[in-house]
Amino acid sequence: MTAHDEAPARWAMSGAGGPCILRLEGDWLARRGALPGFPKDGLVGCGADVSLQFDIAGLGHWDSGLIAFLWDVKRAAISAGRTVDAAGLPLAATKLLGLLPDQAMAQEAVVVHHIGPLNWLGGQTLATLHEMGMISRLSGSTARAGWQFTRGRGLMRGTDLWANILDAGPQALIIVSIVNFLIGAILAFVGAVELRKFSADIYVANLVGLAVVREMAAVMTAIVMAGRTGGAYAARIATMQGNEEIDALSVIGISSTGYIVLPAVLAMMLMMPLLYLYGSLIGVFGGFVVAISMLNVTAPGYWNETVNALAFSQFGLGVTKSVAFAFLIGVSSCRIGLRAGRSSADVGVAATRAVVAGIVGVIALDAVFAVVAETFGI
Amino acid sequence: MSKTESLLSVRGLTLAFGDHVVQQDLSFDVRRGSIFAVMGPSGCGKSTIMRSMIGLLRPTLGTILFDGADYWTGTDAVRAEMGRRFGVLFQGGALWSALTVGENVALPMQMFTTLDAVSIQRLVAVKLGLVGLSAAVDTMPSALSGGMRKRAGLARALALDPDILFLDEPSAGLDPVTSRRMDDLILNLRDGLGATIIVVSHELASLFAVADDGVFLDAVRKTAIAHGSPATLRDGCADPQVRAFMRREQVEPAHKEAVG
Repeated sequence: MTAHDEAPARWAMSGAGGPCILRLEGDWLARRGALPGFPKDGLVGCGADVSLQFDIAGLGHWDSGLIAFLWDVKRAAISAGRTVDAAGLPLAATKLLGLLPDQAMAQEAVVVHHIGPLNWLGGQTLATLHEMGMISRLSGSTARAGWQFTRGRGLMRGTDLWANILDAGPQALIIVSIVNFLIGAILAFVGAVELRKFSADIYVANLVGLAVVREMAAVMTAIVMAGRTGGAYAARIATMQGNEEIDALSVIGISSTGYIVLPAVLAMMLMMPLLYLYGSLIGVFGGFVVAISMLNVTAPGYWNETVNALAFSQFGLGVTKSVAFAFLIGVSSCRIGLRAGRSSADVGVAATRAVVAGIVGVIALDAVFAVVAETFGI
Repeated sequence: MSKTESLLSVRGLTLAFGDHVVQQDLSFDVRRGSIFAVMGPSGCGKSTIMRSMIGLLRPTLGTILFDGADYWTGTDAVRAEMGRRFGVLFQGGALWSALTVGENVALPMQMFTTLDAVSIQRLVAVKLGLVGLSAAVDTMPSALSGGMRKRAGLARALALDPDILFLDEPSAGLDPVTSRRMDDLILNLRDGLGATIIVVSHELASLFAVADDGVFLDAVRKTAIAHGSPATLRDGCADPQVRAFMRREQVEPAHKEAVG
């Protein structure tokens, strides 16, 4: 164990042409960095009909460093057609050496995949189509599970739904408040600077009201929920996948759609519109605070202008959007969790993908909604 | 440094989670170069004791002496330094799932030795060869069977040529042949590398095959009720419960009621 009286590991061959003797000296401790190698053709000079002998008179302490060296010797002997007489070695080293396979694994031929841009595009397209198909199927089976539940034949438990509702609703209030308040305030700031030039201070109320109710509250709330709850769904389901919990469910005959996906998606679809309405209110309040403190606007004036600017259809659009966003986030993050691999690294990958897919999906879907709303003149 | 006869000594150890006492007033010595079995029925706290010996759980009372030095009074750095001489095989293998099997074995060497990449690769091949997993060097842990994961975990525990090896249920869940190979491997490692090995297990066949000393823990009295090698306990222990356990017998009903 003492480091100071250590002798360096050395080896020497003697008796070339006849019976070879391999002399081992010093301390062969891999953990101290002493790890000499044995050349592949080191035994070529030895006589073919006599076994290699070992001389370990000078051998000190040793650990797996010596075993690695002896394994090299053994394999060199096999490839040179020589035999090794292990009798001279420590018994324990012989035992360990006996556990090691005689031939090192042949280096596998490295397969080089040439992926042309067209192949890549084709592969990506097929993967995307497949994924869209899987998400559609999952949406379908979730809807069916929901239908069965309303008929009293489903496998969703009320407690699971309630736990999911608490998580997706009340516990998200604070972050939804902060984000929407700041969005309303920022919109008011930006508007105030421009509108003041035209003495049109009061129209800040229209700007904030329309922007928040039509777009920002729904989109920002959905983005917050994609990061907060969608990521959590994916990570939770991926962890269950790794622990074989999903397998256990399906063996008993509980469908993962009914038991896990449905309460998650349903809770999100129930809570997201409420969070959207709440977020709209907070956003308008954020704009109101900035307008009152910066601009020549009265509180009743701001309130009147906001009410006049907003029609019921704007809220209808926002609520519809937030239900659609909730469905998109819920189904896609559950799908990503169900598809995840079984290692802990896969859990991280699944959570990341769910958040990215949720955010990109929400913004893309919002663009679709904008075009549709324009067409219908809402 | 004079070598004490026992490499690891446990003195008056009590482990508790709040009010819930797992084991109390536990004392035993692990001789240098022995294979020491921590035995007992399921739920008696075997793995918890191992956790406190490898630095994962601070004991409520008592001391653990490793090579004569108090393991738990040192700073975290001192404890980490001592811990580098430990090799631990966790129950499920506990392989790092983001790394291949070969990388799992290589990581401790990359972190704590000055070996170059080629040497590390050679040693990784040796350690995986010892546990019979040479072919799995580039496999991800998730693609291994339970038994292979356990063997890969053992190869990783051997990475730094530890002085003391902690094996938590090394042969549980392995097929008889693999389990036998594991036992032989443990014996050869002790003889070959001179490591002291602590086995936490209730697999009788492998306990009889490998262990030459041990301690038997009881879940009801919450302390050690017998000391000695598994074979001694089977043949000559005064406590009927221990004898029954080691012989896979039922404890007589009257006694069973008395114990709980």
